[in-house]
Amino acid sequence: MRSGETTAAEVTQSFLNRIKAVDGKVQAYTDVWEDHALRQAEKVDAKLKRGEDAGPLAAVPIGVKDVFCTKVGTTTCCSKILKGYRSPFDATIIEKLDAAGGIFLGKLNMDEFAMGSSTENSAVQITHNPWNLACVPGGSSGGSAAAIAADECAIALGSDTGGSIRQPAACCGCVGLKPTYGRVSRYGLVAFASSLDQVGPFTKDMKDMALALNVLCGLDPRDSTSSDIPVPDFTRALRDDVSDITVGLPKEYFTDALGGDVRTRVEAAVNVLKGLGAKVIDVSLPHTDYAIAVYYIICTAEASANLARFDGVRYGYRSPNVTDVRDMYVNSKTEAFGPEVRRRIMLGTYVLSSGYYDAYYLKAQKVRTLIRQDFQKAFEKCDVILTPTSPTPAFKLGEKTADPLEMYLSDIYTISVNLASIPGMSMPCGLTESGLPVGLQILGKPFDEETVLRVGYTYEQHRNLEMGVPPIA
Amino acid sequence: MAKITQQDVDYVARLAHLALDDATKERLVGEMTDILGYMDKLNELNTDTIEPMMHAQEMTNVYRDDVVKPSLNREDALRNAPQTNGEYFLVPKILEG
Repeated sequence: MRSGETTAAEVTQSFLNRIKAVDGKVQAYTDVWEDHALRQAEKVDAKLKRGEDAGPLAAVPIGVKDVFCTKVGTTTCCSKILKGYRSPFDATIIEKLDAAGGIFLGKLNMDEFAMGSSTENSAVQITHNPWNLACVPGGSSGGSAAAIAADECAIALGSDTGGSIRQPAACCGCVGLKPTYGRVSRYGLVAFASSLDQVGPFTKDMKDMALALNVLCGLDPRDSTSSDIPVPDFTRALRDDVSDITVGLPKEYFTDALGGDVRTRVEAAVNVLKGLGAKVIDVSLPHTDYAIAVYYIICTAEASANLARFDGVRYGYRSPNVTDVRDMYVNSKTEAFGPEVRRRIMLGTYVLSSGYYDAYYLKAQKVRTLIRQDFQKAFEKCDVILTPTSPTPAFKLGEKTADPLEMYLSDIYTISVNLASIPGMSMPCGLTESGLPVGLQILGKPFDEETVLRVGYTYEQHRNLEMGVPPIA
Repeated sequence: MAKITQQDVDYVARLAHLALDDATKERLVGEMTDILGYMDKLNELNTDTIEPMMHAQEMTNVYRDDVVKPSLNREDALRNAPQTNGEYFLVPKILEG
């Protein structure tokens, strides 16, 4: 672009054309901002023409999970309760990406309020996996992962409370990173479970990931949970070298229950790193078995508190069937929240209710301490921990919707990472026999995304995979 | 083993401001029994001496200077409300008289 061979407008138009060509099948976007995107592109082109710096992400096309507040378009969390909601402000990360020259192409589908592992809980539409349209894209950021896989944007924004970036990245064969809790501002992220939620990007490869993190990370005075720990230049972490790296494999993750292609692909990835000089050791995370129980107590409790704000007064849906104020609260919530959101509000209200608080919420917080300590101890012996991202590749649409507990168990390898507040990334490590991507998860010490990127980058250079492209392409 | 009854579901729904139909309640009795039963596995662990993890990061209070900054104007604040009179949010009458 700087040489004048192409323009931001041309790049943007080519992505808009791509969306027109494939999104009828994938259904990743809930709203495409064609006019806005082309206007942003004109601004970038004008800057380039004047010889000005157009920013580190000049003309990079970006898709936004519909959980982030944007002044353009609506912000609905794919819920009926926020249908038509127009945010009066932009999330901090939207402001930052805009200032960096990024072009927003529109909003992406998700499970309602980010609750789900398949994006089937969206009140708007069903997103299909570009590798196999009969399969789910994963969730809750399923639209984001599918949009990257189908080349409908170059960076997609997601949020991750228990795996909602990493699991769909694995299902769709792209890179998805959940930074350390506190690394990225959450101002303008609609809250699900505040002690677990974190913002992160999806990209095709590690270089794009580093460039995206450079813009997204950093302290924000508007988010008191954002960290003042200095942000490095992540592109400097893209080094093809793991000779001084110790990789830990948690024995609780590689049990007999993990079989098939997922196991063989992940083990092959570990062997690639071993061949490049990384030291591979076994580590133990003894409380792994308790993570899902802890997670679903904490996340439902926090969700039931966060979602209490949808009262039909200041914004959102108000039931037309109202005679008094209590009716207004009750009928608005009942009519507009979907089944999974109501289920989690019920569970969260129960575990916080009088007589059960100590038995569930307090108990879960104590076991959360044990889970965090497991990781602290493991990281005394290694620099990164490698695991599968998900026990299975993408499952079929409709396969798990009838059994919520079964759906919850598909998050088994991602959930502990949020409980321990550490960074984790999923990247593709091959395809199954049936042609579905397998995700390798790389976990790092708190605020050490650099080592995660470095190990991922090294593997990327040597993985020698014929991933091919999704059939949708 | 947690056994959730129809009365439990009614009670929690009232606390949560939800009005559920009978079929939904019946389904929730089964689902909540399953899910809460699964959570009971935490009782295998003795946590008497373990501190609860109350915060995701070790941070002390984060303060800012007490300086007035521009805030949301009235028009923007009311724009998404289901019902207003142009100055206030309107809700059904709470007190008689």
